[in-house]
Amino acid sequence: MGRKLLTEHINVEGIETLDVYRKHGGYRSVEKALKTMTPDEVVEEVKKSGLRGRGGAGFPTGLKWSFLAKPEGVPRYLVCNADESEPGTFKDRQLMSKLPHLLIEGMITSSYALGANTSYIYIRGELLYVLRILEKAIAEAYAAGFLGKNILGSGYDLDLFVHPGGGAYICGEETALLESLEGKRGNPRNKPPFPAVQGLYARPTVVNNVESIAAVPVIVNEGGDEYAKIGVGKSTGTKLFSACGHLNKPGIYEIELGLPVEEFIYSDEYCGGIWKGRDLKAVVAGGSSVPILPKELILKTAAGEDRLMTYESLSDGGFVTGTMLGSGGFIAMDETTSIVRNTWSFARFYHHESCGQCSPCREGTGWLEKVLHRLVHGHGQRHDIDLLVSVAKQIEGNTICPLGEAAAWPVAAAVRHFRDEFEWYVTHPQEATKPGAVYPGQLVRA
Amino acid sequence: MESTATAAKPQFSEAAKAEIERICKQYPEERRKSAMLPVLHIAQAEFGGWVSPEVQDLVAEVLGVKPIEVYEVSSFYTMFNLKPVGKHVLEICRTGPCMLRGSEELTAHLERITGAKVGGPASEDGLFTLKEVECLAACGFAPIVQVREKYYEQLDTPEAVDAMLTELRNQVHRPALPWEENGLPNALANN
Repeated sequence: MGRKLLTEHINVEGIETLDVYRKHGGYRSVEKALKTMTPDEVVEEVKKSGLRGRGGAGFPTGLKWSFLAKPEGVPRYLVCNADESEPGTFKDRQLMSKLPHLLIEGMITSSYALGANTSYIYIRGELLYVLRILEKAIAEAYAAGFLGKNILGSGYDLDLFVHPGGGAYICGEETALLESLEGKRGNPRNKPPFPAVQGLYARPTVVNNVESIAAVPVIVNEGGDEYAKIGVGKSTGTKLFSACGHLNKPGIYEIELGLPVEEFIYSDEYCGGIWKGRDLKAVVAGGSSVPILPKELILKTAAGEDRLMTYESLSDGGFVTGTMLGSGGFIAMDETTSIVRNTWSFARFYHHESCGQCSPCREGTGWLEKVLHRLVHGHGQRHDIDLLVSVAKQIEGNTICPLGEAAAWPVAAAVRHFRDEFEWYVTHPQEATKPGAVYPGQLVRA
Repeated sequence: MESTATAAKPQFSEAAKAEIERICKQYPEERRKSAMLPVLHIAQAEFGGWVSPEVQDLVAEVLGVKPIEVYEVSSFYTMFNLKPVGKHVLEICRTGPCMLRGSEELTAHLERITGAKVGGPASEDGLFTLKEVECLAACGFAPIVQVREKYYEQLDTPEAVDAMLTELRNQVHRPALPWEENGLPNALANN
């Protein structure tokens, strides 16, 4: 049983209230940081912890913080990215609705480290009910002196606000998020300048995922070195995985990085195996945008080693035989799943969510969806399969933001590992398009 | 953007006005436009579940921006309904993880029971509008429908769907928001 650094108390009754949260050690990191540490010392602990951005990119959080420009007399901002929308990912919603004070505590400690006096939590608009929970908790934190002027007599001031989105996956991209927070369409900005120099209102800004911020209190309390002892290599600490799809026990699991994937899927402590006694066919391990892997490759690397839940092990083999840890959105598919239909669903998603700024993404995601649509509906031709690969390639690397890659990778990977099944849709359209049809062939390995 | 001369200009309630002012104070004074999305959410809740051109003009006035700045935002984000809707908008998640757990069957089932079509006008009784949406970030509880601020999860049995529809049919007023004493009647503007 691994340690639970974030979710240990998630099921304690009343933990969403400040009193109960404090009884379980809440807000200690605020006292410790504001009373005994300089902001730079807090940044140093986060650097030492090896914490990597939990939103999907996996960039070291402490390093990101150290890039923040600090011109004299210019306000700077911390913005929490709570625009959780990557298909398969639902950890932040859970964390915020059940442990609102953990995020608030993390925001205070992190804002202090960065020297921000106003901070925002940008939450996806669909989660207005979670915004209400956060606002209630924030009001409690103000009343208890953890927010507002001269927090705990330290001379440090902080205002914290929650801002709702309006329904747009693209606002999870940090510069689109900032545009949205300024009351505009969520069009990602050209970089540079990066938000660390010109972010919200053209001021220096750090944007961090909910789970990254929520890890800061434990890092400050126990020290970065202690945190870094958990995990394997450069994958330190614990990570929340959102398990969904054809599992016996879908849900949120906090694991110590380094757990074998096989144990995560089959152990009763975690997902409890594949539903209905079926066999596993494939897994998308880090949210819809990462490459899908067939059962053999998600359980073992191409070299035959156990695949571990770490940034490095999941990406072992590159995109030929590996994938990415991403946001930790873990989607399992049983042996009856149509990979082609599922790929079409993801392509439709990215087409729908493309902001339309860059032609390769705007047009390319449309092509992907259309070609997959005709395959799924029995009108595909053999050259359509290569067309998918070609369109995916032409999107990749040619867009302002990573939504293009997010759309291209799943399609390219599905064709790479399941080409036979795509061909079956071309050669046996009537059979393949029957409701509930199951591909009878064997999986192909790259 | 036609407006009929006879239609009375929409106005926010006093409670909503106070809430809007509270929200605007969260941003620097010269950045009132930042309140765009929260104010559009309030407007949609206030005026029957959708934002008409007149309502969007009102939002522009309240924020001190040009109407086009509101139109370009409301048309970008999927949560804002730009056409009249039924009393309850059922937003059905259609993305991969929900699809794996039966969202297509759920959609077909909801179309059969309500008589409404996804993307079409409200059911004949004016109760339900069906809308397909992309991932609602609750994939472990699929399939999911969102109605206003509430998530209905694990709708994989007819009983679960019936329970949701019964609850909605019995809702005369939408649930009150934190700044309101009572919820407003559903579908103010389009009855």
